[in-house]
Amino acid sequence: MKHDALPTDPAAMAAVARWRLTVRGTVQGVGFRPFVYREATARGLAGWVRNSPAGVIIEVEGDAAALAALRDAIRRTPPANARITALEVRDLAPRGAAGFRIATSEAGGPRSLQLLPDLATCERCLAELLDPNDRRYRYPFINCIDCGPRYSIIEDLPYDRSRTAMRHFPLCAACRAEYHDPANRRFHAEPNACPACGPRLALWEAAGAVLARDDDALVGAAQAIREGRIVAVKGLGGFHLVADARDVAAVARLRARKRRPDKPFAVMFPSLAAIQACCDVSPAAETLLLSAARPIVLLPYRGGPIAPAVAPGNPRLGALLPYTPLHHLLLRELGFPVVATSGNLGGEPIVTDETLALQRLSGLADAFLVHDRPIVRPLDDSLAQLVGGAPQLLRHARGHAPTSLPVAGVRAGLLAGGGHLKTSVALTRETDVVLGAHLGDLESAEACRAHAAALADLVRLLDATPRLAVGDDHPGYASRRTLERTGLPRVTVPHHLAHVAACLAEHGRAPPALGVAWDGTGLGPDGTIWGGEFLRVSGSGWRRIARLRPFPLPGGEAAVREPRRAALGLLYAAYGERALGMTDLTPLAAFAPGERTILGTLLARGVNAPPTSSMGRLFDACAALLGLQQRSSFEGQAAMRLEWAAGPGTPGAAYAFPLREAAEGAVAELDWRPALDALLADIRAGVDIGVIADAWHRGLAAAIVAAAEHAGERTVVLSGGCFQNTFLTEVAVAALRAGGFEPLWHRRIPPNDGGLALGQAVWAGWMEHAGESPCA
Amino acid sequence: LAHGGGGRAMARLIDALIRPAFADAELDRRHDGALLALDGPAAFTTDSYVVRPLVFPGGDIGTLAVHGTVNDLAMCGARPRYLSVGLILEEGLPLAVLRRVVASMGAAATASGVRLVTGDTKVVERGKADGLFINTAGIGQVVAPVPVGPAGVEPGDAVILSGDIGRHGMAIMAAREGFGFETVIESDCAPLAEAVLALFAAGVTVHCLRDLTRGGLASALVEIAEAAGRAIGIDEAAIPVADHVLAACELLGLDPLQVANEGRFVAFVPGAEAERALGALRCHAPASGAVVIGAVKEAPAGEVTCRGALGVERIIDMLSGEQLPRIC
Ligand SMILES: [Fe+3]
Ligand SMILES: [Mg+2]
Ligand SMILES: [Zn+2]
Ligand SMILES: [Zn+2]
Repeated sequence: MKHDALPTDPAAMAAVARWRLTVRGTVQGVGFRPFVYREATARGLAGWVRNSPAGVIIEVEGDAAALAALRDAIRRTPPANARITALEVRDLAPRGAAGFRIATSEAGGPRSLQLLPDLATCERCLAELLDPNDRRYRYPFINCIDCGPRYSIIEDLPYDRSRTAMRHFPLCAACRAEYHDPANRRFHAEPNACPACGPRLALWEAAGAVLARDDDALVGAAQAIREGRIVAVKGLGGFHLVADARDVAAVARLRARKRRPDKPFAVMFPSLAAIQACCDVSPAAETLLLSAARPIVLLPYRGGPIAPAVAPGNPRLGALLPYTPLHHLLLRELGFPVVATSGNLGGEPIVTDETLALQRLSGLADAFLVHDRPIVRPLDDSLAQLVGGAPQLLRHARGHAPTSLPVAGVRAGLLAGGGHLKTSVALTRETDVVLGAHLGDLESAEACRAHAAALADLVRLLDATPRLAVGDDHPGYASRRTLERTGLPRVTVPHHLAHVAACLAEHGRAPPALGVAWDGTGLGPDGTIWGGEFLRVSGSGWRRIARLRPFPLPGGEAAVREPRRAALGLLYAAYGERALGMTDLTPLAAFAPGERTILGTLLARGVNAPPTSSMGRLFDACAALLGLQQRSSFEGQAAMRLEWAAGPGTPGAAYAFPLREAAEGAVAELDWRPALDALLADIRAGVDIGVIADAWHRGLAAAIVAAAEHAGERTVVLSGGCFQNTFLTEVAVAALRAGGFEPLWHRRIPPNDGGLALGQAVWAGWMEHAGESPCA
Repeated sequence: LAHGGGGRAMARLIDALIRPAFADAELDRRHDGALLALDGPAAFTTDSYVVRPLVFPGGDIGTLAVHGTVNDLAMCGARPRYLSVGLILEEGLPLAVLRRVVASMGAAATASGVRLVTGDTKVVERGKADGLFINTAGIGQVVAPVPVGPAGVEPGDAVILSGDIGRHGMAIMAAREGFGFETVIESDCAPLAEAVLALFAAGVTVHCLRDLTRGGLASALVEIAEAAGRAIGIDEAAIPVADHVLAACELLGLDPLQVANEGRFVAFVPGAEAERALGALRCHAPASGAVVIGAVKEAPAGEVTCRGALGVERIIDMLSGEQLPRIC
């Protein structure tokens, strides 16, 4: 710092001031310092700007009006990808500084800054990529301050090249000049690179031998895909398995190799126009597709070139646009849509390392398009849909993670481990909670290791000192084991409470509220399987005020895989032994007579037939009864079929799901029995499935309103996997609004178990604040 | 059966029914205890048997009570020699059942090469017991040159399973709950000592032995991995499960890895000796289906993984109470 002589002119003295501005939020890796540099120099201000672990610090002096103008510019027109959560201004004594400079980053100290998610290639970089006269023409790793890899390459903070995966690539003279020129849009673009100094492509055959390098590798990979082969492509956050989405045989081969019979694949299209040619793209969907996060967006599929096996029997298609220069080049080379599914073995995390890919994906891919820029942490593609015309994230990953949510009344140091499926991790800080990326299902040893690594990574990256590990109550969840191994004291938060807390926290809200937590299965504090819950939450605790009337699941977890078992359990709960004879119903007919008898005995004896209040399983039962799905090969498959059956234009009279008041102290029950009676009558009368499905959804929406009236809470939170059902959410929201309630549903945080870690951290924090045990 | 207290009635019951079944000179001496000759280190174990139903396809509580204790001795690397028997009978137990059970015990003892040398019988009032409980204790002569147990498990050890799994647990459940499976599942209940002793006779370096009882293969492996501080990796495709047992498990929603067995064990031997061990085991009926199912790894301590389709490894956990669904 220069300490020039103070100005002596009294008039100048009066006009000159010095401010210290601290800017918090997403302010690093977005071109914030060059922006401040330009704004300050344009106004003739002196001083400096620098990154610190707390955010961006600016000390600036000059004319008081110019200072105010700079402050307003920061507030009103920050760089496109910046998000300011706080701007503090402190008055200092002027020192007569001259010139404005960008000072070296300051490491150490408390870290309150936000980590930046990865950003899709910007228009300007794309133009250069395709400009034969540009020195980065067809260079698959072009980026600038507005775009490129961020979270996927960050090794430590503050965000500087030396602490990213780019430290392996010393800048060439040309790139260095850009990097140090405040007027250049690559000024301090940490992943800046060019063909002379940056990462390079290679194409490997299945055993790892190099077939081609650089552009030839890209062209060779495109040729392989064109010929119907499956190519593993190392992208931004991991490998994709890529195949021609139009090629029936290639898609069938991919399904067979992945042993994934039905679960839809995402499709990457060369352009928005190509998506519009076969999908309905609303303006909101278009914005989402083109957002810097570039998620997979579930869109109504009208029909077109896509092989039916990409999303069998599915009226929607998961579409996405290229988000890295590599993907842009590949899709341009191909000119047709490709399946782009996570490069992993079923149940394992996405593969990020090319050497490991050879081993893990050897039976899956025919060739490997790889590069030498290390991926620091795995990031799947994010997945979004539109609910009531607005985006809802179903998988919180690339481009979104990590998410910071300001939460009041929560102390730092709570480390949450999430659930068992769609796991993620979260950590509380002084003023916010940070949710990490989707990690997937903890069904494999590799996934469990990735989960442990993600917990450690979040702690290290945020330089936090965790005090308490927060998890789920279920003793069989693998996340529980990971948390045990942290050696931290542990608390658990009931599954459905965590769902409700996640939704409140996402909206920056706090109790009181009525939580409607509907999902597949979660362990309740009474040791039974919950899933159709109405929880009243307050600042000091919670109470289950109502639940779905329980029914047994013959075979336990087997009933999750086989909706016909949920149907059998439901019928048995309603009609007893008589249910076993209802072979006119599809789910009953789907069992061999011997199986039916044995399952009947199982139900009668209560052996491995745990009772559940699960709404997800009730949806399964209904889908099975309607003949839509008897066995599921992926989560939510049956419920989705029921949702799609309830298409527009088939309004049915809502089925009755009465809320039965219970005796003093007991929990009220949402009774499915009248709806089941009506449903069976309609099935037997041959009523259209669309009408039945519609009546089902509307009946449940009405039940939510009745429960809200019963609870007397104005705010009603809709959370849990069942609210991935857009139709259910939309009718419930409309019904609640009509009833004078304020419905809250998920937007940025998934309604499924992907939100649990956030909810666990926040609920444990709130209860700590209230001096309550989290499980109270 | 109505033989309360002691006295004449009891003496008649023992004389008429129990002693002949066990047919041992030591019992015939009608003394307060047995006098035994043993040389060298001995293994000593006891277990109580309360299984329901008392009789099931492939055996009864009597066979279990002998095989269970004999097998525990074998797992210590010992040749079973002597057994004691304690019977607790509930008033009203059909004599035919008692007759069958003690006959089974006698036959099982003969088959296991073990002598029933001392015993005790009590009859309790109706409602004070559930039909019949049996306690057996056993003494065996240690033949293992070095102690066998989890502490001896080393990385590179082969994990040998003596035969197909899940039959006992499924047979019991089917009999108890009245599941009428198309093919009747018979318990695997069997004496394991001969097969185990064959390992020692063949000079195999046996590091650890464990019979698979409650909690099944999964619990046995997790217990050993935890006690040994090693990791165990097994291969799903290598684990034999009879088709009708697998079908029953699927229908009832049970994991065969967690179903009980009464005539199966795992042996940990150096990888290089696995073939020789298999050769020795396969000569003995209860272990004729012995196979290598996996291997011991250095780390992570206590972790048991099972490699399934596509090579994906899942973590095997011990059964903790009732299995509750985890899929949300
Ligand atoms: Fe859930
Ligand atoms: Mg025992
Ligand atoms: Zn750019
Ligand atoms: Zn360069």
